[in-house]
Amino acid sequence: MNNRLINWFKFASPQSFYPLAGKLIPLFWALTAIFGIAGLWISFFVAPTDAVQGEGYRIIFIHVPASWMSMFIYLVMAAWAGLGLALNTRLSGMMAQALAPTGALMAFLSLWTGALWGKPMWGTWWVWDARLTSELILFFLYIGFIALQAAIDDPRRADKAGAILALVGVVNVPIIYFSVKWWNTLHQGASVSLAKSPSMAQTMLWGMLIMALCFWMYSIAVALMRARAIILEREIHTEWARALPEVKE
Amino acid sequence: MSAFLSIVRRDLLLAMRRKSEVLTALFFFIIVVSLFPLGIGPESALLRKIAPGIIWVAALLSTMLSLNRLFATDHADGTLEQMVLAPTPLGLLVAGKILAHWLVSGLPLVLLAPVLGLQFDLDPSALGILIVALLLGTPLLSLIGAIGAALTLGVRGGGVLLSLLVLPLYIPALIFGAGAVEAYISGLGAAGHLSLLAALLALAVFFAPWATTAALKIALE
Repeated sequence: MNNRLINWFKFASPQSFYPLAGKLIPLFWALTAIFGIAGLWISFFVAPTDAVQGEGYRIIFIHVPASWMSMFIYLVMAAWAGLGLALNTRLSGMMAQALAPTGALMAFLSLWTGALWGKPMWGTWWVWDARLTSELILFFLYIGFIALQAAIDDPRRADKAGAILALVGVVNVPIIYFSVKWWNTLHQGASVSLAKSPSMAQTMLWGMLIMALCFWMYSIAVALMRARAIILEREIHTEWARALPEVKE
Repeated sequence: MSAFLSIVRRDLLLAMRRKSEVLTALFFFIIVVSLFPLGIGPESALLRKIAPGIIWVAALLSTMLSLNRLFATDHADGTLEQMVLAPTPLGLLVAGKILAHWLVSGLPLVLLAPVLGLQFDLDPSALGILIVALLLGTPLLSLIGAIGAALTLGVRGGGVLLSLLVLPLYIPALIFGAGAVEAYISGLGAAGHLSLLAALLALAVFFAPWATTAALKIALE
């Protein structure tokens, strides 16, 4: 019956996931370091100075990956949440909870670096551009998710309530994005068009992709670490958790 | 269907017996709107420009005030548990409660808005668009808000948390609702905005009672 190489459902239980995550974390940290060093080297030393924007443009190597990750993590979080509601697995809720702070951090980083970039490029810290506004709303959605989970004491109820909120949010994200975009086009004047960016040099694109991989690996590593902490917190009453060397000490 | 109607009737009756709660939210709406000219200054050109936005933001905030009570009292006296156990689908009963909430807290806003619009020197045809936009938009606020009210049922600091959860989800309604009036005033025509608002309402009528039901079942586990 069970002739597959790995039985994935085995890792749906916190007990077997905990050691697996422990083994994977150093791997993902190593990948983070490798991609990080390569990406930063390309972005600082290899990528040429931009003809229009000078050296300041190099902030995109942080800004763009952070924005991508903030959106992607919300999708992953909602996928875990949906899985948790559908299959009633405990680990899914823990993963969603573990991902949320990283997602919020990415959204915040993206807003912050965007402001730092906007000041020298457009002469203003903030414009009510469609992308900036949607990113801000995404940040609010993350904060709402974290606040709801923090306010409910029973972890199973917190997981399920958070899951519903994440799913409602994921339905709303495209609606919010397009409504903000349309709102923005109707209120022309203050906005700066970001859509018509000049074609990018090949090395710049590579730097950005490698930095995105670095962010990706970092997010996985941090989420796994947080998931391990959540597992320990919730499963501390069980035999196997008490038998762990790190708990015994 | 009779269960749906009796829930609506019951909630309306309860609201009528406790008029002060309903009136507080209404006066909150009026006061918030009236504060803006005092803060900004009485130039009618400026006020005319910001009127739709202010009326809509005030409608959002006053809806938040009344959302807390949507399920809280029924939860406290155990009625909600009886509704979950009842043979009628919970979604239908929830839809009835949402409709009653709109009739009590949404519809009065729609009726009051033109009077407040006059304070902002909106011309009559713009007031008409404002009414239509609010008529389509306020049910949307009740529907989306019900999800948040169910999620925060019996949770510590529920009121503030509720606004944190629900206000970001209200943004499309705000944009299209206020945008309809602004587009009309600037001569673009409000049809596009109003159709989108109606589309959002149709989506929410289908999905929101369902999501609210799921959230209520989790809260009562």
